[in-house]
Amino acid sequence: MITLQINNQSYTVDAPGDMPLLWVLRDLIGLTGTKYGCGVGRCGACTVHLDGKAEHSCKVSVGSVGKRAITTIEAIGNTPNGARIQKAWIETKVAQCGYCQAGQIMTATALLNHTPKPSDADIDAAMSGTLCRCGTYVRLRQAIKNAAKA
Amino acid sequence: MSNTASGFVESDAYIRDLMNAAAVAKTGNPLASASLPLDRRGFLKLAGAGLVLGFYLPGGVRADAETPQAAGAASQSPAINAFVRIAPDNTVTVYSKAPEIGQGIKTALGLIIAEEMDADWNRTVVEQAPIDAKVYGYQGAGGSTTIPRAWDQLRQAGAAARAMLIAAAAQQWGVNPAEITARDSVLTHAASRRSATYGSLASAAARLPLPDPGTLKLKTRDQYRLLGQRHRGVDDPKLVRGAPLFGIDVRLPGMVYASYAKCPAAGGKVKSANLDEIKAMPGVVDAFVVEGNGRPTELMSGVAIIASNTWAAFEARDRLNVVWDESEAARESSSELAARARQIAAGKFPANAEVNVGDVDRAFANAARIIEAYYEYPFVAHANMEPQNTTAWWHDGIMELWAPTQQPNRGQALAAGVLGLPEDKVVVHQTRVGNGFGRRLLNDYMCEAAAIARRVKGPVKLQWSREDDFTHDFLRPAGYHQFKGAVDKQGRLDAWQEHFISFTADGKNPSAGANYSYHLACACKAPNLRRGQSLMNLKAPTGPWRAPACNAQVFAQQCFMHELSLAAGRDHVEFLIDAVNRDVPELAPRSREMNFSPARAVGVIKLCAEKAGWGKSLPKGRGLGLAWCYSHAGHAAQAVELSVDANKQITIHRVVVAVDVGQVVELSGAESQALGACVDALSMAFGQQINIENGRIREENFDIYPILRISSAPAVIEVYFAPSDFSPTGMGEPVFPAMPPAVANAIFAATGERVRAMPFSRSGYRV
Ligand code: FES
Ligand code: FES
Repeated sequence: MITLQINNQSYTVDAPGDMPLLWVLRDLIGLTGTKYGCGVGRCGACTVHLDGKAEHSCKVSVGSVGKRAITTIEAIGNTPNGARIQKAWIETKVAQCGYCQAGQIMTATALLNHTPKPSDADIDAAMSGTLCRCGTYVRLRQAIKNAAKA
Repeated sequence: MSNTASGFVESDAYIRDLMNAAAVAKTGNPLASASLPLDRRGFLKLAGAGLVLGFYLPGGVRADAETPQAAGAASQSPAINAFVRIAPDNTVTVYSKAPEIGQGIKTALGLIIAEEMDADWNRTVVEQAPIDAKVYGYQGAGGSTTIPRAWDQLRQAGAAARAMLIAAAAQQWGVNPAEITARDSVLTHAASRRSATYGSLASAAARLPLPDPGTLKLKTRDQYRLLGQRHRGVDDPKLVRGAPLFGIDVRLPGMVYASYAKCPAAGGKVKSANLDEIKAMPGVVDAFVVEGNGRPTELMSGVAIIASNTWAAFEARDRLNVVWDESEAARESSSELAARARQIAAGKFPANAEVNVGDVDRAFANAARIIEAYYEYPFVAHANMEPQNTTAWWHDGIMELWAPTQQPNRGQALAAGVLGLPEDKVVVHQTRVGNGFGRRLLNDYMCEAAAIARRVKGPVKLQWSREDDFTHDFLRPAGYHQFKGAVDKQGRLDAWQEHFISFTADGKNPSAGANYSYHLACACKAPNLRRGQSLMNLKAPTGPWRAPACNAQVFAQQCFMHELSLAAGRDHVEFLIDAVNRDVPELAPRSREMNFSPARAVGVIKLCAEKAGWGKSLPKGRGLGLAWCYSHAGHAAQAVELSVDANKQITIHRVVVAVDVGQVVELSGAESQALGACVDALSMAFGQQINIENGRIREENFDIYPILRISSAPAVIEVYFAPSDFSPTGMGEPVFPAMPPAVANAIFAATGERVRAMPFSRSGYRV
């Protein structure tokens, strides 16, 4: 049995330690906002925060999480930057299919958390691991800037 | 002279085939519902909860929601569905009949209905309609056809709702209905100073007869208050909070998870597998062989692993050892095919030209200049962001499916066929779709889930891995074009000969997606034109990919047009316009679905050139390139300004898009499609390539199949919609095809190097 702190709640799951956090969240706990895209750390769709740091949950084994606080897309709106980013996302109409957007929002929120006024280069550097097959990058960049101004 | 311009007309034949194969019942007019068996009492009984316009289905149909968890109040509301429902509290619910695949259709379709009924958009909810072709007609999303197909149907649905509400108010107030005005879900009779909400009139309106569609007055464009404006995405508030909307998010009580292994070489069958070892693995519930029916678009032979979660299924999958019977399987290699295409191109032009206009040989004999060029492009994958999946539940003699599909009606029919069930025993729920790009016009994963669920107790979610998704795609076929073109002494396009080398799956017809693009007949109107095709056998499945046929052929043709304009010593834009305006009757579109118009084409080319500053002088190393196309009922032109450094690193400074898709339904969404199409096209043009080796797909994940990253996306993409009174057409495709040639033409302008192959990375260019 492994106990996890997710979105300020405690969960105990019966999972082998090497099970990726992604599938623990999605299948065992039912938090399906975090998405599966590649399973190998190359798309960013599965991004969550561990103690505020953006991580690819498909590459984090549940046994390695320890006491770190997990935040997912379902609760990121409870943080000031998460709420700003979500609002900017809706107003800028970033999403097309939306499938990558949980990962984009989690990554963008982490960016604002440590770089409140990101430059274009900061945005490119932070967001380059989060692929969008629909090609929403132009608005995504704009939305991050709007959120940073808010 | 044998004129077979029909070679062009059937361009989207594949998508049309798919649509027709679904044996879809057409309703056409939503008010035709009056002819359906209408249980008047049932209708009235429910009217107390609000006005339900449209169809009453005997047997009861629930309103749907993307996933069972997402089901809100609406899905628990009365068992009637249609396009419009009005609750007593004045909330209007409208139903979106088509799949949301990222094209913004749910918002757009909702707006069309709300506009005609003068609903208060702020208090309008858009719900996903249940899948039922008898009620809604075809419910697919493909070929940029959803808007044009639904336009009249939805406007009538909205107008009918409004007419019934007005009639109800007129009766209550004893006034002339013509004196009642509607706005934001409120009706007003100015003379008597009376007003009432739609919600308060809904029950009364529901008791009235459905109006004859002939009597409905649709709004004119100047009366629109919602259409043509910018609106937010109706599901965005849920989306940004990670609500369960997608197929992959479906969860049902007691659900298990499945992985399905098929032969990595298309066409192989299971001989044997280490099933006992797999069944003994932790979390594995069962493992079994599925025979399949041999059709890649339905159900191929494979091994199903059932487990208590996705990861356990994937882990077991890694340990699965299957002995494949590959006697019928693909063995081809893409590099060999490309080499053979070159040989074919170097040989004779095919004896039977499919298109032969004028006298090409004489034109070449008299030409002022002749140039030749060979263009090619590779296979590419769809790489949908959401890997294919379907949740299936076999219970009570019914197969219930939740699927991220572009063709739910067809999925229903095919799954029924595979299971040997009547179609009405298969129920499909449409989930949100983690993009489509044509891949999900195919329903293979739905058939697989249905076949697996038949042998599983309780619901089961079939989840493809990313690797499954790459290796069992229906690829955009590679293509090879040998061109020979001539210009006359006036510098006009005089002759065009094109040998298109492509593929066949059946030995006769072009493979899916390898059909002719009609772009040539619209844009390269040489009075002497000959086009022929040579086909190589290919077993790897191919299929429609965003802007089928146009997505790569336009690259080859628009670049060669640029080459010809230079050979003619003409301005490129002038040369393009001259070719569009050429009167070559044999090349005129024959199909009613072809709305190609030289005037609209010239309109977007000129608009684009003007906005891009065509003709301005640029510093050394900078280039401006332009291209245009007619694709999927839209006319679109693109200009790209870029610079290239000594290492062939490209910086795109600016992209200008001019597009005519008729009236714009929802401006922000339409613009978003244009932005996305530009980025997607760059992604394909610069980096994407699938290699087939001995029948197996080499690229299995994003590590070696590059999707464009934000750092490579242009900083500025300006989108201009041509003012247009035409009926609206779709935005999913038209802005894609001209982007790669606009870039290649700009690279030439900047460097003098002509790039004749995609991906451009092959020539060392990076963005
Ligand atoms: S699913 Fe984790 S990075 Fe792609
Ligand atoms: S919005 Fe569709 S993949 Fe990013």
